[in-house]
Amino acid sequence: MDAMAAIRVTFFQECQEQLAALEADLLALNEGSTDSETVNSVFRAVHSIKGGAGAFKLESLVKFAHKFETALDHVRGGKLAPSPDVMKVLLRSADVLADLVELSRDGNAIDDDCWLPTGEELSALSVAIDAPEDDEEFGSIDFQPALIDIGGNDVFPAPNPANDAVFLIEFSADAELYDRANETLLIFRELQRLGNVAVACDTTRLPLLDALDPQAGYLTWNLQLTTAEPRQSVDDVFEFVNGDCHLLIKTEAPATPTEDAYDIAALLRSVQDNNDEAAALPFSGPLQVATDAVPLSTSIGLARADNPVTAPTTDDAANGTSRAKASANQAPATIRVEFDRVDRLINLVGELVINQAMLSQRVLEADFEGSSAVLLGLEELEQLTREIQESVMAIRAQPVKPLFQRMSRIVREIADVTQKDVKLKTEGDATEVDKTVVERLADPLTHMIRNAVDHGLESPAVRLAAGKPAEGVVKLSAAHRSGRIVIEVSDDGAGINRPKVRAAAIRKGLIPADAILSDNEIDNLLFLPGFSTADTVSNISGRGVGMDVVKRSIQALGGRISISSRPGYGSTFSMSLPLTLAVLDGMVVSVGGETIVVPLTAIVETLRPKSSELHGLGVDGRVIAIRNTFIPLIDVGCELGISDRPIAPETGVTILVEAEGGARSALVVDAIQDQRQVVIKSLEENYGGVSGIAAATILGDGRVALILDVDAVVRRTRGDLTMYAMEKVAALGSA
Amino acid sequence: MTKTILTIDDSRTMRDVLRMALIDAGFDVMQAVDGVNGLEVLAERRPDVVITDINMPKMDGFGFIEAVRRDEQYKNLPILVLTTESDDAKKARARDAGATGWIVKPFDPAKLVAAIKRVAA
Repeated sequence: MDAMAAIRVTFFQECQEQLAALEADLLALNEGSTDSETVNSVFRAVHSIKGGAGAFKLESLVKFAHKFETALDHVRGGKLAPSPDVMKVLLRSADVLADLVELSRDGNAIDDDCWLPTGEELSALSVAIDAPEDDEEFGSIDFQPALIDIGGNDVFPAPNPANDAVFLIEFSADAELYDRANETLLIFRELQRLGNVAVACDTTRLPLLDALDPQAGYLTWNLQLTTAEPRQSVDDVFEFVNGDCHLLIKTEAPATPTEDAYDIAALLRSVQDNNDEAAALPFSGPLQVATDAVPLSTSIGLARADNPVTAPTTDDAANGTSRAKASANQAPATIRVEFDRVDRLINLVGELVINQAMLSQRVLEADFEGSSAVLLGLEELEQLTREIQESVMAIRAQPVKPLFQRMSRIVREIADVTQKDVKLKTEGDATEVDKTVVERLADPLTHMIRNAVDHGLESPAVRLAAGKPAEGVVKLSAAHRSGRIVIEVSDDGAGINRPKVRAAAIRKGLIPADAILSDNEIDNLLFLPGFSTADTVSNISGRGVGMDVVKRSIQALGGRISISSRPGYGSTFSMSLPLTLAVLDGMVVSVGGETIVVPLTAIVETLRPKSSELHGLGVDGRVIAIRNTFIPLIDVGCELGISDRPIAPETGVTILVEAEGGARSALVVDAIQDQRQVVIKSLEENYGGVSGIAAATILGDGRVALILDVDAVVRRTRGDLTMYAMEKVAALGSA
Repeated sequence: MTKTILTIDDSRTMRDVLRMALIDAGFDVMQAVDGVNGLEVLAERRPDVVITDINMPKMDGFGFIEAVRRDEQYKNLPILVLTTESDDAKKARARDAGATGWIVKPFDPAKLVAAIKRVAA
């Protein structure tokens, strides 16, 4: 069923939100929050997941959520104190719940072993406070559309005297029955659905008018129901009013209705007929009970009964507007939009930006002398275009909070394995960044968090010996800084062991034994491919992924990563990332008559070297000496096949870039034109992949400019250089 | 005459499930996300029956029912509570607040409709 499939999608989306909220609230509780709303919110999250899971017959999920919910209910009720041990179980349960949701969403078979142990722990929490767990089983639901005519009397079943049982029902309503908006008339109607009903009204308890309490119930009805339905069906009719009435149900052999009983079907039909005339008393016509107080009793006894009839009928003309108003009240003021649509919009806005730039240039070229109105209009257009672009980019922006929350689970898992006490602190969760960036940050961030706990923090014993608290702190923070997002992972561990790092680098032949390196350069050795300082490769960090991969992923996002460390006080890994991948800050340069864009993130500095700083190396290799380091020169024109002859570095401009692995190279170009934000256009989609070129963009004058793939160009030229030069280059950190 | 049901639930999934079941059964549906929102929607247009969840932020189901019953014009408005808790304490509390009846989650659409019919004129 399509509608059900759509709701299923909604359910799992909602689960993600609930799980995120659950995690945040549990962490707050773990921090010692005593806010009752936090506990309530935790409970609601699990409760909602269970409720939805029940609708989709996700049995394991329902069972586990139920155990979880039971334990939380005890916490909520103050029966179970959220001690550290209890919180541990609850946090682990949140992880298991997340796993179960994921497995259920992907339609994977769920092995009970993945949740039963934690489920047992939860049950143990509940058992400990001597509250037998209510192990309710959930029936499955089949969403067969139930088309039932609610108003019609004509669907009442015809009695079949052969198999029918007769129920004698004595019923009188208490005032509470009416206070809860139940209706005797509706109860009779429901009974009528079950079979044939005869009714007699006893009005003897009815007081005189001056003693009459209009809120009280004085009438007793004696009903005789002839039906093929079981007793349960009769009980069900009275389910909601049981306790608010006097009710006696007896079974009897089939018999004909008593003389003073009346056909209730006829009565109900008259109610239906009178529906439009709200003031009409439905029973006053046909009901002719032979007592002294007939007219009075019927009108009073049914004073409540006819109220629902007087309820405002829907005015069809007003229907549309009131419905629109009601829907405006459906609180979450969000719409869900397919990602593709946003991408298309972003692309179009990109085109608009280009088009606007082209128009501006044309207008300037056409030289509208004295036509300031045109120029003014153009300026406004530019302003508006920029605002549109920013607004559209903001659509894709997402807070880093969910990403950060995922990390708290990673910390818990590693802390468990490494037997370390770790607390994760997060800052700036609300910082927003492009969805694509958020998604692609998950892996590098996971790795860095693992490293921080596994390698950064000391064991509790070592920490205590060093005069630190046994519990280590890993801090994860995000902030906007000059148009970029800066994410930092820091720990209060021992800091980078520089002698050890240096020794390892020498042992692995990454640096010569006599290399003189600054502290910062040593720290940056961690980013070299194949570098690992762990004495034993643990099963946590040692997954064949080094910090070099982390650095490469960050660079692939147009970001940079750096380390700072203080022995005894800990380390900080700092990543600076662009807010979006759709635009790029680039330096526009000329190379052999072509215009090339060099991503600003790769650029360290630009310079005009003196001829004394240039040296030949090998057959046609050249290096430039910058601050006592030799850096290979790369002629971009020759490398890309744009020009035949290399530019003399003395006449052109040299751009010092840093590629993956921290390798620095000097790119030689003709001239720098400009520095600006460009809209990235995929070359693969529009043309085909070209080695050395990352993408393309369209400039203000309509020309296509290529965006240089700095990593690829540097990698290509690497082989031409001696090992030592490369190693020395690689060892250089981003100072 | 088409009956209008107001459903109040903080879970989008449950709101969707309810809406589908109710629309399939021929009802009009209004929705609210918590008790406070429920009162707002109620002020806009009177439904024939209200179905409300119990556990909700801002104002829970009990609070909602009590608030509705305090208002004279809603004395006879049928309110069904939606609950996975089949325990009697919850039902009793809902009744004390003034609930007309209850629906136990997960519900069979036929049972949902039957419960509505038991309270809707």
